Amino acid sequence: MKTAVKTKNKSGMSLALAPYSVWSVLFILVPLIFVAYYAFTDNNFAFTTENITRFFTEVTKIKGDDGTVTEVHKYLVIFMRSLKLAVISTVVCLVMGYPIAYIMARSKPRTQKMLVTLIMIPMWMNFLIRTYAWMTILQDKGILNGLLSAIGLGTIDIIGTETAVIIGMVYDYFPYMILPIYSILAKMDDKLIEAAKDLGCNKFSVLKRVIFPLSLPGVISGITMVLIPSISTFYISQKLGNGKILLIGDAIESQYINNNLHFAAAIAFILMVILLVCMALVKYLTARLVYGGE
Amino acid sequence: MKITSKIYTALIFAFLFAPILVLLVFSFNEAKSLSVFSGFSLKWYKELFQDENTLEAVKNTLILACSATVISTVMGTAAAMGMHKLKNRFYKMAVDTVTNIPMINPDIITGISMMLVFVFVGRMFGAATSLNFWTMLIAHVTFCLPYVIFQVLPKLQQMDKSLTEAAMDLGCTPFRAFIKVTMPEILPGIITGAIMAFTLSLDDFVISYFTTGNDFQTLPIRIYGMTKKTVTPDMYALATIIFFVTLALLLLNNFVESGDDKRLAELKKQKKQKRSEQ
Repeated sequence: MKTAVKTKNKSGMSLALAPYSVWSVLFILVPLIFVAYYAFTDNNFAFTTENITRFFTEVTKIKGDDGTVTEVHKYLVIFMRSLKLAVISTVVCLVMGYPIAYIMARSKPRTQKMLVTLIMIPMWMNFLIRTYAWMTILQDKGILNGLLSAIGLGTIDIIGTETAVIIGMVYDYFPYMILPIYSILAKMDDKLIEAAKDLGCNKFSVLKRVIFPLSLPGVISGITMVLIPSISTFYISQKLGNGKILLIGDAIESQYINNNLHFAAAIAFILMVILLVCMALVKYLTARLVYGGE
Repeated sequence: MKITSKIYTALIFAFLFAPILVLLVFSFNEAKSLSVFSGFSLKWYKELFQDENTLEAVKNTLILACSATVISTVMGTAAAMGMHKLKNRFYKMAVDTVTNIPMINPDIITGISMMLVFVFVGRMFGAATSLNFWTMLIAHVTFCLPYVIFQVLPKLQQMDKSLTEAAMDLGCTPFRAFIKVTMPEILPGIITGAIMAFTLSLDDFVISYFTTGNDFQTLPIRIYGMTKKTVTPDMYALATIIFFVTLALLLLNNFVESGDDKRLAELKKQKKQKRSEQ
């Protein structure tokens, strides 16, 4: 009797997992295989490495300010620019976000709740609208220039620069940096800090030796949550870069729009591989930082 | 709080809210200008509510989000139960890894990869356009599923196993035991998962962009279309409405949560009193 119930139970449970198993194979794994398949085939689905080599070798001419023409690797330049802007945005988010997460975690429970809600409000708004709001502020005849000329400082051309794109990335993904760090800091045991102080640490070394190392998992998840969307964005660069600052996301999107699916897949494939390597590296480094050493 | 941290907090929140304030104020602007406020007017709101395409997009977004939420919540809850019972370590790790993929992968890759499959299958059957409401629904269910699963799974792990066993020993069928015992225990996880799925689906642009056809526009896709051409302030009006709806939902959520906290505190008090009486 008992065994009968058990086997019935067991088969029932694998049945519960069955729809999801099929679904995840069809719509998570197969699509990823398709990215590789499209990346390594031409329009007739014959094997080729041309799409991949095109990414690394295609050159384009750019005109310098003095009229000289230089040849550069088109997609490598785009990729390095994406990486640069994403890393800068992530660092800015971390530097600006860590103190606020710390302040939030140290305040009274009621204040904490209010501040978390306030941080989440912009996050719940669609990022297209958030980005668009910055376009209104930064554009040539926008609010910033209106304010600047009203107080007699003239105007600045900020839209269409890398700075504008960075502002957009920082603004859009800022809450993703604050919240994971905050949730770790809020849970931290105060006794550890007291103990460190009792043992002769000053404020700075408590931060350096106790609080920061313990908050590392939050910092890491904050970094990945800002870095990955900002390296792959295309809307922010379209709106705030005025189409002049092309990022890797723009490259994929424009190939998709032009129905050049095989090359779009190739760029996506390369991006995926690079991100995987980065993530593995981050995981390895944190493991060494947190659990390794003494 | 010290004065420096107060100033810093104020600056950060000014940075977070200034752009929203700008949209809000200029949605009531009489003129089309984006930098000079010339007078109060509701004309952009009127225009917005007369725009059939936008209203259609709102309807589409809600239909899609509701369908995706129901499907991903049911399938995700079942999947979490199955995953919880898995004994084989390798299989467990495999399911866990696959479930993590849509959460880690950049949206653009999730979108592109599914689009490639849809286009390929469409071509196999000789269809001219293979992207439509159904491909979008599949995509939305796929990126919502992990969030539901990872909300329900911890609740199952916290649950006392012997409860279900007791129910079945007392004559419940496994299904009845699930409804009567397991379900109430994991319900908070299911609800949070469903809310997350709903908001993610409402908000998604990138994955929708790559998996949508011409005949089905959601609100984010409509906004993208609107901001591509010269923009009129009815966009601001739309943004303002979205802001207040968001705010209302968040406040409601907080209100429900704080009610829960109060009830919990009350329960604890009662328990303590009972104990001291004994």
